[in-house]
Amino acid sequence: MTRPHDYSTAKEELQPIAPSKLVIENVSKSFRASSGTVLALDRVSLNVAEGEFVCLVGASGCGKSTLLSIIAGLEKPDSGTVFADGKRVSGPGRERLVMFQEPALFPWLNVLSNVLFGLNLKHNLSRKDRLDVARYYLELVGLTRFERANTHELSGGMKQRVALARALAPNPRVLLMDEPFAALDALTRDQLYGDLQKIWQARRKTIVFVTHNVREAACLGDRVLLFSPHPGRIQEEFVIDLPRPRDINRIDLAEYANRISTALKDIGRTERKPALV
Amino acid sequence: MKRFILAALFFGLMLLAWEWAYRAKLWSPVLLPAPGQVAVYLKEAAADGTLAHATIITMRRLLVGYLVGLIGGLPLGLLTARWNVARDTIGTMALGLQTLPSVCWVPLALLWFGQSEAAMLFVVVMGTLWSVVIATETGVRNVPPIYRRAAMTMGSKGLHMWLKVVLPASLPFIVSGMKQGWAFAWRSLMAAEIFVTILTGFGLGQLLHYGRELSAMEQVIGIMLIIVVIGLLVDKIFFSPVETFLHRRWGTSNA
Ligand SMILES: Nc1ncnc2c1ncn2[C@@H]1O[C@H](COP(=O)(O)OP(=O)(O)O)[C@@H](O)[C@H]1O
Ligand SMILES: [Mg+2]
Repeated sequence: MTRPHDYSTAKEELQPIAPSKLVIENVSKSFRASSGTVLALDRVSLNVAEGEFVCLVGASGCGKSTLLSIIAGLEKPDSGTVFADGKRVSGPGRERLVMFQEPALFPWLNVLSNVLFGLNLKHNLSRKDRLDVARYYLELVGLTRFERANTHELSGGMKQRVALARALAPNPRVLLMDEPFAALDALTRDQLYGDLQKIWQARRKTIVFVTHNVREAACLGDRVLLFSPHPGRIQEEFVIDLPRPRDINRIDLAEYANRISTALKDIGRTERKPALV
Repeated sequence: MKRFILAALFFGLMLLAWEWAYRAKLWSPVLLPAPGQVAVYLKEAAADGTLAHATIITMRRLLVGYLVGLIGGLPLGLLTARWNVARDTIGTMALGLQTLPSVCWVPLALLWFGQSEAAMLFVVVMGTLWSVVIATETGVRNVPPIYRRAAMTMGSKGLHMWLKVVLPASLPFIVSGMKQGWAFAWRSLMAAEIFVTILTGFGLGQLLHYGRELSAMEQVIGIMLIIVVIGLLVDKIFFSPVETFLHRRWGTSNA
């Protein structure tokens, strides 16, 4: 990639940071809803290695977002613990940044200022370093030309790119992505799969990626974990042993996707007919 | 340009109709003077300084009252949005008092402060404060939770969260609250000036009042025109640009 901009002063800030190891131990969470108590997560345990790309797949409502929020520290589990690099997660922190399904960009800020938001909270950086870092990530997601644009002027795909740049800019150890591409058209999505894998390889992050699209999961994940609903549990695990970067249209990827899909349907069947369990 | 011509045409026709009604003696000339007579009054009042003087006095009262209302209303609105206790107490009070027409504050103000500037200020503040409180509270409560969650993960909390996320996110609501507060302040001040005939300075409302006392209808109508024009100007010079800016940033309108 050509870099017309000189990022030398922000060099230190732009060094890849060691990705985190995540340990999730017996995490349970229930919600009180109008229809009664919903057990969203039932003793979920899961390890994610440093720099691993893990995809969580499951029908909607099986607790994927809840688990992500708990890993982020945005919500507290009823019981169980999340450890990041051996330290207990007790609240949100910028080592673990979240990308939501809606871009959640701040409409009162332009594109550049959105990317600067997290950087401005790093008090050790100079103004120039922050700008350099923000511009570096805008370039990484291919939006240099749009740094002065208002967020509503961007297409859905561009918005998610900005959201990705905003999440990457503070150099987190973990990226938590909650169906970030679900609302995009297929073409834009295919492009982002390539970009995300490139960025992941360049920046070495631990990524937990939630989706209900099995193909997407097989394309992106080192491992794909299958969630079952009511109560939310991890049902099955698939190791995707394919070279990267992976094209979403690879034939061998389709085989993995089929296996995951079948397993997902089985879960659906057993759930609908509890007598068969 | 076309819109401007249409508007000019509209107001020109209004003036013509007015002049025609005067000549046709549809009403007694005592009740409705001709546009020319109003213009003459305005010219004279402008020439001898009455108009400028009254306008300055009125604007000063308005500005002070409005600013006090804003400075009090914003934090109170944030407070009621943040703590349910404040909402149940201050918020409920604000909701109730907001429905009270501001002229209803005048008797109380007169009893408490007499015929003084303080009475006037009190009425304007009461007219402004509560609508600003409510607009701010509504604005803050309407901030999509996802903004806070996103900001939280990036390490924002406490004062930073309020200043950099909650306040800007509720800006569209706050600005419309400020606009409403301005309209209320303006109405309250006119009510106050008409009823509180103090000696510390003649505002536009007092000119209006004395116009009636002297049966000088050209004065009454002239002052009414001035009041309307000031209201319009403030809207066009101050609020419109701010609203246009917000719409452009948020992408909420094709304005
Ligand atoms: N804040 C909440 N209040 C009540 N119920 C909730 C809340 N958040 C999630 N739930 C419930 O918990 C379950 C899991 O939700 P979620 O984690 O959003 O699922 P997913 O992301 O897999 O679609 C659902 O049944 C949902 O209704
Ligand atoms: Mg979800």
